[in-house]
Amino acid sequence: MSADAHAAHDALAEHHDGASHGSMRGYLTGFFLSVILTAIPFWLIMGDVFRDARTAAIVVLVFAVVQIFVHMIYFLHMNTKSQGGWTMLAMIFTVVLVVITLSGSFWVMFHLNANMMPMSVHDMNKLP
Amino acid sequence: MSISPDLLTFVFGRLTFEALPFHEPILVATFAVVALGGAGLLALLTYLKVWGYLWTEWLTTIDHKKIGVMYIIMAVIMLVRGFSDAIMMRLQQAMAFGDAQGYLPPEHYDQIFTAHGVIMIFFVAMPLITGLMNFVVPLQIGARDVAFPFLNNFSFWMTAGGAVLVMISLFIGEFAKTGWLAYPPLSGIAYSPGVGVDYYIWSLQIAGVGTLLSGVNLIATIVKMRAPGMTLMRMPIFTWTALCSNILIVASFPVLTATLVLLSLDRYVGTNFFTNDFGGSAMMYVNLIWIWGHPEVYILVLPAFGVFSEVTATFCGKRLFGYASMVYATVVITILSYLVWLHHFFTMGSGASVNSFFGITTMIISIPTGAKIFNWLFTMYRGRIRFEVPMLWTVSFMVTFTIGGMTGVLLAVPPADFVLHNSLFLIAHFHNVIIGGVVFGMFAGITYWFPKAFGFRLDPFWGKMSFWFWTVGFYFAFMPLYVLGLMGVTRRVNHFEDPSLQIWFVIAAFGAVLIAIGIASFLIQLFVSFRRREALKDVTGDPWNGRTLEWSTSSPPPAYNFALTPVVHDLDAWEDMKRRGYVRPTEGFIPIHMPKNTGAGVILAGVSVVIGFAMIWHIWWLAGLGFVSLLAIAIGHTFNYNRDFHIPADEVVRTEGRRTQLLAAGA
Repeated sequence: MSADAHAAHDALAEHHDGASHGSMRGYLTGFFLSVILTAIPFWLIMGDVFRDARTAAIVVLVFAVVQIFVHMIYFLHMNTKSQGGWTMLAMIFTVVLVVITLSGSFWVMFHLNANMMPMSVHDMNKLP
Repeated sequence: MSISPDLLTFVFGRLTFEALPFHEPILVATFAVVALGGAGLLALLTYLKVWGYLWTEWLTTIDHKKIGVMYIIMAVIMLVRGFSDAIMMRLQQAMAFGDAQGYLPPEHYDQIFTAHGVIMIFFVAMPLITGLMNFVVPLQIGARDVAFPFLNNFSFWMTAGGAVLVMISLFIGEFAKTGWLAYPPLSGIAYSPGVGVDYYIWSLQIAGVGTLLSGVNLIATIVKMRAPGMTLMRMPIFTWTALCSNILIVASFPVLTATLVLLSLDRYVGTNFFTNDFGGSAMMYVNLIWIWGHPEVYILVLPAFGVFSEVTATFCGKRLFGYASMVYATVVITILSYLVWLHHFFTMGSGASVNSFFGITTMIISIPTGAKIFNWLFTMYRGRIRFEVPMLWTVSFMVTFTIGGMTGVLLAVPPADFVLHNSLFLIAHFHNVIIGGVVFGMFAGITYWFPKAFGFRLDPFWGKMSFWFWTVGFYFAFMPLYVLGLMGVTRRVNHFEDPSLQIWFVIAAFGAVLIAIGIASFLIQLFVSFRRREALKDVTGDPWNGRTLEWSTSSPPPAYNFALTPVVHDLDAWEDMKRRGYVRPTEGFIPIHMPKNTGAGVILAGVSVVIGFAMIWHIWWLAGLGFVSLLAIAIGHTFNYNRDFHIPADEVVRTEGRRTQLLAAGA
């Protein structure tokens, strides 16, 4: 293999994608935030902080969403600049689709359920 | 000596001699023909001593051009299979009235319409668009290959593996009798205890891996590997549509995979996601599968729109009218395609508010699509139109697709849909847009880029034959179905009582025969063109006076596509280069870094087919063994560091020198 070939190879191997690969400090911050964000919901449930199960579920879900963002920022190094903004664009697109899929499915299935004929005699008796 | 039944069950799962269809004369005859033909082909290949050539040059290739060609060959083979299903159905429906039962028993007829749908969408339309994108996109953006060449080879073989499983189902066991989307509870274990639905699930899952990975690959290629100067708004329209189509693939195929996994769990381990009782909801399956299914429609048609844009601009000798609006229309369709899925099940009972939302979004989608039609028409307006075969397909598309679009808007009105749902009107509508859009687009694309791939044009006479028979045949085959659908005839029925309907089915069958002649003409066209390849030869690399970068290199392009990476200054880069008196560089070449061929893709896909087959027939030991070897081979492949090489500069000089001579001789 000639020297030229090596030069060409090196040129290919280089990459300037602008993505950061994280630091010890960043990983530790992410780790501790994740631990805290996991411990609090645990405590909320184990300690019976909320009397209403529905409220508890919503609060836990909120913590989960916050933790998703912590993972994306500290572990996946999401920011607006890496790969010329393409990662952010892909991220936004994904979020939009997930929101459409989930909320749409809930909406569709809720309406279906409300319009369904009762499936059992017990439900039938409860009809107005 | 007798073998214990337990041992037999352990070794062969539920695979027994009864699974072989000796009792079906049609299948036995088909098998005999396939076996004889296959044996003849194998013997011929051995006689010609081309096994080594096939293995080193094609099966293990990581060259995007050859992979693209292989995708299209596979699609054409599967088109013949899928079309045989179609003509069998047309014949049955034309015959089976009153006392006449036709020649297909219901359980066979049900497998045929399921196989027809699955094959035509997953193993004809998808490989056609993926193959065309694979071949064209890197050439159009001035790249040497796709971003992940090995992954590309692997994707192709996984798709082929899925097709192999579907074909196996023809002779070992049965295929699903559920319709092409396998709705539960019919596809659940209670109502489909056989292997049919399992064949369906595993062939789609294996092919799905290939589709998803090739989507990732092409997005990375388009985003990262464009030639210097090619900004997003200077990308050729076909590349734009390919980008949007692959984004849709990556976003929607995981939904299909997950839905089929849930169905498999219902069938294999007794969960109750989609069963009637124990809290399952079959409607959830319908909801989920259409969240994938509607974007899938646009995955297919967007690249076809891209082909028509390229063809119209080239054969009218004009820049495409409204390039920017074409791009925005494509992006808007990409997003909107996620907001309309419920129009596939208006009648399921979501109520007026949900139905009106999805009805309106569906109608809105026709606005960007209509904008595209006007862009093509305005490109033709005052253009110097050359009615070559690709342009003929494009004109026919514009007429046919507009009719299909109008019936689509009709179906988007929920009250109308309550009348037309599940009727032959729907069947006519989606064949109208898929044949008129995707199939015509792919024929236009194949004819347009064939000289780039092989260095000679396709024979125009047989191309026109194929075009006319397809177009006229389409109208004969599907316009009667609109009429029947309006009269209330439902789909997937294999016998009718009312004799007054028969004439319409006979007309439709006649149309199917015309389409058969159209397909035959296409195959004859390939043969005749090969025979006449010297007369149809193109040495310039630019037979149509093209506008985009793929026409700047030789036909067929060298393995490295471009000796030196082109620099782009304008939209329609090659047209711009020609206008400014571009001179082809003949020196200053450097060694070119290339990936090496590898057999890992074929082997991994082969093992996947074995795993799929074992899972279908409950041969657990084989599935386990297969899975372990799959992992071992995949991990082993990562230790293969000998995966690239350099084409030396003097070889590039020789290749380019030969082209210089050819060009000089041609001029």
